[in-house]
Amino acid sequence: MGLVRIHLPEQARRGASVEARVLIQHPMETGFRRDAAGARVPRNAIHSFLCRYNGVEVFRATLSTGIAANPLLRFYLRAAESGKVEVWWLDDDDIEGSASAHLVVV
Amino acid sequence: MNRRHFLALALLAAPGRASAQPNAHVSTTDPLVYSFTQGRTVRAGRVKLEMPRIAESGHSVAMTVRVDSPMTAAEHVRAVHLLAEKNPVRDMASFYLGPHSGRAEISSRVRLNGSQRVVAIAELSDGTFWSDALNIEVREAACTDGGG
Repeated sequence: MGLVRIHLPEQARRGASVEARVLIQHPMETGFRRDAAGARVPRNAIHSFLCRYNGVEVFRATLSTGIAANPLLRFYLRAAESGKVEVWWLDDDDIEGSASAHLVVV
Repeated sequence: MNRRHFLALALLAAPGRASAQPNAHVSTTDPLVYSFTQGRTVRAGRVKLEMPRIAESGHSVAMTVRVDSPMTAAEHVRAVHLLAEKNPVRDMASFYLGPHSGRAEISSRVRLNGSQRVVAIAELSDGTFWSDALNIEVREAACTDGGG
């Protein structure tokens, strides 16, 4: 399923825009590549990505093979209350992944 | 990146930025564009796409897109669509935002199958569409089109 890293600032001021960086280990296979034996490697890319902050959707993305392997997504969310930032994604093999981090709002 | 490439980048960056807006024309009859806009006008401006003008490799090219918007409940960016005109899959990504985003700025890394124009189209909460585009020169294409 691979690794994921969520990076948020240590703490944020209420109302501030907070940068979230998410890095997911995933091949984002295009379906055009051939392996060493010459066989086509089937397409498998993360196509859906979602970020919720205290249960509220703050960012969503639909991705394709146009996104590089080990996708990096950097986006913003507005700090309201201390709480959970969760990310979730789904790939073409119907394998989902998720992770979460805690944001401290002062 | 060696010194020569760094200098070439620095020299190319300035005129490239200046020509970014006139280059931002988007065909509203393109079926992919139409799927986002339903035929509504796409105007150049308010969106700023940032990518290196020359990419050594198309496998992973840094991309940042930001939209000029206060990101309030009344006035915000709903979505940003990213199109690669010469990739086998032109529809690279769509990002959906809202007032909870606080700031309309997204970065990622994209694949480019050769030199081409990359277009960003933003949909605002007032129903208007805005765009920016950049011509990116790719020295070594991402092998997305058969072969290796």
